[in-house]
Amino acid sequence: MRNVLPVLTVVLAVFALWYGGAVLLNKNWAYDKAERAGVELSFGEMVKDTMTQEKPRLPPPHLVGAELWKTTGAMVQRGRAFSKRSLIYHGWITLSSTVLGFVFGTGLGILLAVGIVHNRAMDKSVMPWIIASQTIPILAIAPMIVVVLASAQVDDLIAKGVISMYLSFFPVVVGMVKGLRSPDHMQMDQMRTWNASRSQTFWKLRLPASAPYLFASLKVGIAASLIGAVVAELSLSQDGGLGARMLVGSYYGQTVQIWSALIAAATLAALMVAAIGVVQRVTLKRMGMAQ
Amino acid sequence: MNDTVISAKNLSLTFETNDGPVHALKDINLDIAKGEFVSFIGPSGCGKTTFLRCMADLETPTGGEITVNGVTPREARSSRAYGYVFQAAGLYPWRTIGGNIRLPLEIMGYSKEDQAKRVQQVLELVELDGFDRKFPWQLSGGMQQRASIARALAFDADILLMDEPFGALDEIVRDHLNEQLLALWARTEKTIGFVTHSIPEAVYLSTKIVVMSPRPGRIADVIGSPLPKERPLDIRDSPEFIEIAHRVRDGLREGHADG
Repeated sequence: MRNVLPVLTVVLAVFALWYGGAVLLNKNWAYDKAERAGVELSFGEMVKDTMTQEKPRLPPPHLVGAELWKTTGAMVQRGRAFSKRSLIYHGWITLSSTVLGFVFGTGLGILLAVGIVHNRAMDKSVMPWIIASQTIPILAIAPMIVVVLASAQVDDLIAKGVISMYLSFFPVVVGMVKGLRSPDHMQMDQMRTWNASRSQTFWKLRLPASAPYLFASLKVGIAASLIGAVVAELSLSQDGGLGARMLVGSYYGQTVQIWSALIAAATLAALMVAAIGVVQRVTLKRMGMAQ
Repeated sequence: MNDTVISAKNLSLTFETNDGPVHALKDINLDIAKGEFVSFIGPSGCGKTTFLRCMADLETPTGGEITVNGVTPREARSSRAYGYVFQAAGLYPWRTIGGNIRLPLEIMGYSKEDQAKRVQQVLELVELDGFDRKFPWQLSGGMQQRASIARALAFDADILLMDEPFGALDEIVRDHLNEQLLALWARTEKTIGFVTHSIPEAVYLSTKIVVMSPRPGRIADVIGSPLPKERPLDIRDSPEFIEIAHRVRDGLREGHADG
């Protein structure tokens, strides 16, 4: 309970900044409208106008909140949770490609890490490419991946998963290489005194020792995977998804729609990271490694 | 002697470093007979741990010969001829005490029933029965080290190699573990190689004390202990004990003088 006050303070500060920013960014439009109508705006009238514009530059929180409710809760009440206008529908599309990409990325990341740890040639040759891959903007290669995979008749969902994988495998490789190498000299010598094979050393020592590193990586990985999914949806906007909502919103200047899709994506990311946190706590506790 | 277990002849080991070669071991000659308790004592850098690691095939000598059970250390390691206890207990935090002791047995392919039986046996041997379901962090440092000894004993190798196993423990725990180790040695009749920094520990435990000196690492003196096999802790106040301790100290000092 001690944390309530500081947390509330931060939340209030965020809202204050947001409202302040909304007034600053939207006031020009308010004054323009007034000038054209030939009326003088008092400060109070100007502020009131910035809070109610239809296409504000920066929508104030209550408009975003209302839009979020209209496209989620209200639609559920009317039994249309999966209508194409519902954020639940679009969130579901984003979630499926995020999870698919996360599974791909985690698998690829672990496989690469195992190879890097066990093979010197791979260690020397693959790691620089992995790092180089992350210096290329995902926005630049996402459309190419889409085109290439589409011409190979691959399902759109898989194409989006591949783009998510491109971002999410990286933290997993880095974390798993570190985790698989975390057993010290003594532990490796100990395995040697028992004449353990490489695979026994891997399954009984390296892999369990890497568990805490893996979970830290998975949390970063799933957030990266969501970004990949959103970027992929910009290229495959006909399928919907939160990224598509943002794109459509920007076509028509629907800032409220963009912001509510943004908030929905952030909420989705937070929920997924929290879910991995729960799995982490349960697993490490069962392994006797809880901190 | 026919019952020689470990035999080193002109054993040398030179590490190549950027500052030139380091002679970790030079012309070591030593025979260890079955059932002996041999301590290696000397200052840091005298090669006592390196010598033990050569026996265990954790280091490869650059000269001379060493045999363990009449074969090369590599063959001895492959046939799981020895148990090795490191300075740190090195228990896996994600395994219970029982699980940790079972680890080498799983690796060596013992059957499930055999594993359970052996875990029970060695836990009793180190007086940790009833702790098999506890996790390492629930045990004190001394108990953890006992568990690691149990793990080294679990597959019943005839040789036990111990590299400063009690080095990180306090005096009182150490005394207690020394007593227990002697009792365990008497019961199991294993051949033990024991590296230590402590003169009283070496004299109290050993039937043979190998005093080593550094640069290059070599044997300065080999002292056979006349102490009886039965050794209560207060034997350390007896004149015989003090005399051997003196000899060990002299050997250490000599090594330093011309080193």
